[in-house]
Amino acid sequence: MQADAAIPVIEFRDVSYRVGDTQILSGFNLQVQSGETLVLLGRSGSGKTTSLKLVNRLLTPTSGDVRVKGASPEGEGDVIRLRRSIGYVIQDVGLFPHFTIERNIGLVPRIEGWPAEHIRTRVLELLQTVGLSADIAGRYPHQLSGGQRQRVGVARALAADPEILLMDEPFGALDPLTRDELQREFLLLQQRLHKTVVFVTHDLREALRLGSRIALMESGRLVTVLSPAEFLRSTDPLAAAYVRAFGEGLESAANRGTS
Amino acid sequence: MNVFRFMWHNQSQVLALTLEHLRLVGFSTLLAMLIGIPLGIAIAHRPRFNKPVLASANIIQTIPSLALFGFLLPVPWLGARSDRLAILALTLYALLPIIRNTFTGIRGVDPAVVEAGRGMGLTESQLLFQVELPLAVSVILSGVRVAVVISVGLATIAAAIGAGGLGEFIFRGLAMVDNRVILAGAIPAAILALVADFGVGWLERRLQPR
Repeated sequence: MQADAAIPVIEFRDVSYRVGDTQILSGFNLQVQSGETLVLLGRSGSGKTTSLKLVNRLLTPTSGDVRVKGASPEGEGDVIRLRRSIGYVIQDVGLFPHFTIERNIGLVPRIEGWPAEHIRTRVLELLQTVGLSADIAGRYPHQLSGGQRQRVGVARALAADPEILLMDEPFGALDPLTRDELQREFLLLQQRLHKTVVFVTHDLREALRLGSRIALMESGRLVTVLSPAEFLRSTDPLAAAYVRAFGEGLESAANRGTS
Repeated sequence: MNVFRFMWHNQSQVLALTLEHLRLVGFSTLLAMLIGIPLGIAIAHRPRFNKPVLASANIIQTIPSLALFGFLLPVPWLGARSDRLAILALTLYALLPIIRNTFTGIRGVDPAVVEAGRGMGLTESQLLFQVELPLAVSVILSGVRVAVVISVGLATIAAAIGAGGLGEFIFRGLAMVDNRVILAGAIPAAILALVADFGVGWLERRLQPR
């Protein structure tokens, strides 16, 4: 456990992933440092989600090694332990429809055998953390709005206080205003909690806003890793193309207003 | 109302045959659930096997019931007691709706929910018992309901091989060309089917996930 700072929290070492004849990820090398928000940016099919799922072993690399805190899990028990130590938030939220909000959030603590009182306190604390009122604890997911559901999704991922958070387009399905609100809250939350976050998105604006570094991906390869400021100035053709597309959207809207 | 007078006079026999009928249906449904639900879960998780398993259950379903009873008659241990044989045959018929609905129910669980659960570190058995089965239970039970209703009807034919049950009245009535006797078997069988349908249906709604 010495030299903690030197060991990246997550490390991809020459990882490739293949399904049948389709190469989804190849020669992937990346290190995620403690407390940073690393954004995986790329279009659909670029391998962002696959990379994320390799971290919590929903997928196993075809070759290479994905290490979490310096180790890669061996065997079923290791994998389960690893997953419970990592918060996971997905676009479709995936709340358990037959559980109340309280039970949804408290699931990992419960299967980890926390005492009931302790779970209850933790759930209420988390509801407050994600900006929800305590009286929705007894409700069911279908009784909440999309934004509320994703907040619960985040609370559930934070339940056992994991050091790492994996977020797969968590705000992608929300309307722009709710998305903006959740992004802002994510930043505030991250200032307080300093989790190591890997965040998948195809939205440059979101990447620039939330990421401490942006890893740009294309066809299963890592193109470049840049800070948001570097990204905007980058001469890399793909990065520049993203910036241009982003700028053109705003520009043409503005032009249409004047003509 | 000759029928009811006949049933009243033979009430002890009506009761005995009804109980026998219930026993045939009850045992066979239970057996079919014990086999069909795990099998349905297995093929939902291993899609490679779903076609052969569902096809086999389908083929069994197409065998005419009287013929199936006949086929099984010469089998040594089975043929020795006709109620054993009847229970086996009824079990085979009940399999299809139970396997199929279990399969459909489990496959119908939102993949995002399963992925979230797995990603959070639920073990496969926690995933099955805490997520998949509770969410599929009403679909599975509606398969059981179909199976029970089919069995109540089919079990009347078991009397043809001497397995007892309400079919005895029906066959006897047919032989005697006496509608009262036929109805003394048919009416309680119909009531059984309705009650079972209602009962399992009630359970189904009770266990329905929100």
